[in-house]
Amino acid sequence: MPQTCALSLLAFTGASQFALVGALAGGGNPLTASVGAIFLSMRNAFYGLRLSQLLALPRAMRPLAAHFVIDETTAVSLAQSGRRAVRIGFAVTGISLYLLWNLTTLLGALGAEAIGDTDTWGLDAAGPAVFLALLAPMVRTATERAVAAIAVLLGLGLLSVLPQGVPVLAAALAVPMVLYGVRRKTPGSDADEGKGR
Amino acid sequence: MNIWTAIAVTAVGCYAVKLAGLLVPVGALERPLVKRMAALLPVALLAALTAQQTFADGRTLVLDAKAAGLAAAAVALLLRAPFLLVIAAAVLVTAVVRAMAG
Repeated sequence: MPQTCALSLLAFTGASQFALVGALAGGGNPLTASVGAIFLSMRNAFYGLRLSQLLALPRAMRPLAAHFVIDETTAVSLAQSGRRAVRIGFAVTGISLYLLWNLTTLLGALGAEAIGDTDTWGLDAAGPAVFLALLAPMVRTATERAVAAIAVLLGLGLLSVLPQGVPVLAAALAVPMVLYGVRRKTPGSDADEGKGR
Repeated sequence: MNIWTAIAVTAVGCYAVKLAGLLVPVGALERPLVKRMAALLPVALLAALTAQQTFADGRTLVLDAKAAGLAAAAVALLLRAPFLLVIAAAVLVTAVVRAMAG
């Protein structure tokens, strides 16, 4: 149990934690398990690229903020307009999620199996629904929609071919692909082409 | 290497990855192409992530009640429903579809 909680406190990136625990529980080599988990978190670096522009944090703040660079904080921050709102969104999401995540980890580790299968209540749909709701305002232009559409195809299409965590990274290739396509067209002729999903 | 080491390695690695993105010098991000890329990358990653969480179970593609729930969320979004209502719609529809499917 202390191990589970330490992981939540220190790593704080859900997918990687599940991957590590899953691999260890499956009798995997701890080193391979760690490498896989770290690889899964690689997309956080891409989020950081964008967030550092939006947050414009002083250098001293960055190591502290880095811990909160995850899917959820990025999604919320990008949905805000204005630096103040972005910073507030990032901080509030980061801190509240961090507290909740670790609290629920503790409860889970204490043996809250009595709750039963949360899937019965459809709660597993909440995660993707949150991402969808946050993604929606980001896909306004034809370029953004094209990126989202290709990313979905890459993410799902490569799922069975590549190791876990890699397809999401491969989906990032949608960006250069679309930008290259846009550049070849005459600039400004952003014709509507297909929806996000 | 025991489990504690694995936890430590994972924690340090995950943190380093997060910090790396934030520490890229602002100057390198000023170029228009880099700017556009950085703006579009989260769109691509979040879209792929949403799709995977909906249609994937481990490494296999599945079409289950979650798809119906996400469709409900999409409809709610198109109707400009408030955020919490969108999530509630997804959860509710998923639960109902799952219950009906047995």
